[in-house]
Amino acid sequence: MGRITLQGIGKIFGHDPARAMDLMAQGKSKAEIAALCGAVVGLRDVAVEVPEGEILVLMGLSGSGKSTLLRCMNRLVEPSCGRIVVDGTDVTALSRRDLLAFRQKMFGMVFQHFALLPNRTILGNVGFGLEIKKVPAAQARERAMRAIELVGLKGWEAKYPNELSGGMQQRAGLARALAADAEILLMDEAFSALDPLIRRDMQAELRELQKTLKKTIVFVSHDLDEAIALGGRIVLMKDGEVVQAGRPEEIVAAPATEYVARFVAHIDRVAVLRAGQVADGTAPVLSPTQTAAEARAVLAGRGGEAWLVAGPDDRFAGRLPAVRLAAARPDETLASLLDRDPGTVEAGAGLAGLLGRVAAEGVLAVVDTEGRLVGSLTSRDVVLALSARPGAGGSVPGGHEAAISSEPAGAERWTGQSPNSPSTRSATRASIGSPTMAAG
Amino acid sequence: MAVPPWIVIAVAALATWKIGGRRVGLLTLFGLLFLWNLRLWQATVETLVLVILATAAALVIGIPVGIWFALSRRAWRIFSPVLDMMQTLPSFVYLIPALPFFGLGAVSACFATIVFSVPPVIRLTALGIRNVPAELVEASDAFGGSSAQKLFKVQLPLALPTIMAGVNQTMMLALSMVVIAAMIGAGGLGRVVWQSIQRLEAGAGFEAGIGIVILAVILDRATQALAARARPHGTA
Ligand SMILES: Nc1ncnc2c1ncn2[C@@H]1O[C@H](COP(=O)(O)OP(=O)(O)OP(=O)(O)O)[C@@H](O)[C@H]1O
Ligand SMILES: [Mg+2]
Repeated sequence: MGRITLQGIGKIFGHDPARAMDLMAQGKSKAEIAALCGAVVGLRDVAVEVPEGEILVLMGLSGSGKSTLLRCMNRLVEPSCGRIVVDGTDVTALSRRDLLAFRQKMFGMVFQHFALLPNRTILGNVGFGLEIKKVPAAQARERAMRAIELVGLKGWEAKYPNELSGGMQQRAGLARALAADAEILLMDEAFSALDPLIRRDMQAELRELQKTLKKTIVFVSHDLDEAIALGGRIVLMKDGEVVQAGRPEEIVAAPATEYVARFVAHIDRVAVLRAGQVADGTAPVLSPTQTAAEARAVLAGRGGEAWLVAGPDDRFAGRLPAVRLAAARPDETLASLLDRDPGTVEAGAGLAGLLGRVAAEGVLAVVDTEGRLVGSLTSRDVVLALSARPGAGGSVPGGHEAAISSEPAGAERWTGQSPNSPSTRSATRASIGSPTMAAG
Repeated sequence: MAVPPWIVIAVAALATWKIGGRRVGLLTLFGLLFLWNLRLWQATVETLVLVILATAAALVIGIPVGIWFALSRRAWRIFSPVLDMMQTLPSFVYLIPALPFFGLGAVSACFATIVFSVPPVIRLTALGIRNVPAELVEASDAFGGSSAQKLFKVQLPLALPTIMAGVNQTMMLALSMVVIAAMIGAGGLGRVVWQSIQRLEAGAGFEAGIGIVILAVILDRATQALAARARPHGTA
């Protein structure tokens, strides 16, 4: 329960929405519409889908329409056009009375500045939603107390909001949203007013709570680090439109526009990127049935600490240390020379946890869930990934390409080409070749 | 008066003590005893009754109107200048329209007092409600609260300190008007002052004047204490 579907949502603020809608249909920009008829385009043709039990983070600069979109979901802001469906109910079609009942049942909201009533105790505040729902007092009290315990505020229920720190007040705000047993939590910059340490705690805690509660959460933030910490999908907005949607690592690895690139520029890429996105798929791969002599011929003097060996179907066989290859008799097959430690990592593994291993082992083999070799991962690949300029057209979405490493600083940008096209791949080879070669 | 003055004084002192603490209680006790001692008890009670009646009526009218002004931008735009004008007119102007309807006497006096003292409570009720932080109002909407739930659970409780400040101002205006309304036949301390002026009895007029001041201070302190209690927990 709690799936949200938004289709073609538009919102015009101002006197003459009909005229502005016309202009919008003609494809005029937000600035043009403002100049022509004075109306502000809050949202424009937004389509968003939030699967139940997931966290969706709405991001964008100030004024990009995040709050407006969030408030369209429970119709605190009335959309000018479009359809909102929550769990099969067409919210846009509800009468006012039904809408109130629907809000009581489905939505809990957490606010940037907590929005706790100063004249009520924490218990009174947390029970607010239940009181609105006309839940009998004794039961409401019990449910509010449960929510208070859930957010770790037990013992504080008789205090007033101004007796609590900001972090605790926001816990109370969260408890109020949870107490009403709503299936969807709408959180508008819920942690933005907290100081950084508390903020990180709250992010971790929300994530922890979410594991058991499995609510559908829509979280507005203009902090990509927060979005990453919450671990949800991201919808990036600009001027009321969605510019990119996807998982944080996808967005960081392949920003769709300059705007997105600026947004992710400062981001700690190590924390976001995954092994599969960084791995170099162009490094030479040897076959276990080859002999040492054949292998030396293939490598033709390239340097490197180790080579990756994979059988048919890219099935990864093991690592071949360069020293062993050098010492081997020419007719020995590679299968007998492989390192006992295969040195594999899953393509989905976070880069942050691999830095030590990359440094210690020199070459790691990145494999997918079926054990097929995706590419090699060397310290050079890591450095290239971290230094890659975001926004360059050459980044490849998805993890099975040597995406980031193929775009070192100073290399020419590829423009107007699908990153997956064959010419791109050959360009990759031509411009940098294999990292292991360069390392030697 | 059927009730002996000392009982009234004791009850009033206890009540104000409960509301505003020991100082206000003692002020009430000695203030009223002093007035009794000046043989102004009867006049004091008459004034007090008029003030309380007029204030109550002003609140019954003013608070709903204030709520209406707060919720309707239109009403506020239209009637706000009227309130401004009501407050700028000299107080005895209100005596004139009351006369043809109610004639000389307490009813006219009460009517004029209500009209004169109602603007502050209207204005401050509207102001208090409008100043409730938007996020709190939105919280009520977000949890599915109806307009009535929003009003009674969020807007009015949070506007209460401001509304109480309006009550205080309204009561002070009512007191000042009740004195002036002696000209059209209101009884009480005002009449004593009015008569002394006509008979050139400076001493008696002075005593009644002091009585009005004492009453004003007691009412002011008591309603201010009420307003302070309405403030949310821990705010100054
Ligand atoms: N009630 C309103 N009346 C007129 N314009 C509005 C209103 N609410 C929002 N807007 C406009 O709609 C646009 C989107 O605003 P919104 O508040 O959704 O942005 P936001 O992304 O939440 O920004 P922030 O990060 O500052 O909260 C802005 O241009 C804003 O000026
Ligand atoms: Mg906002």
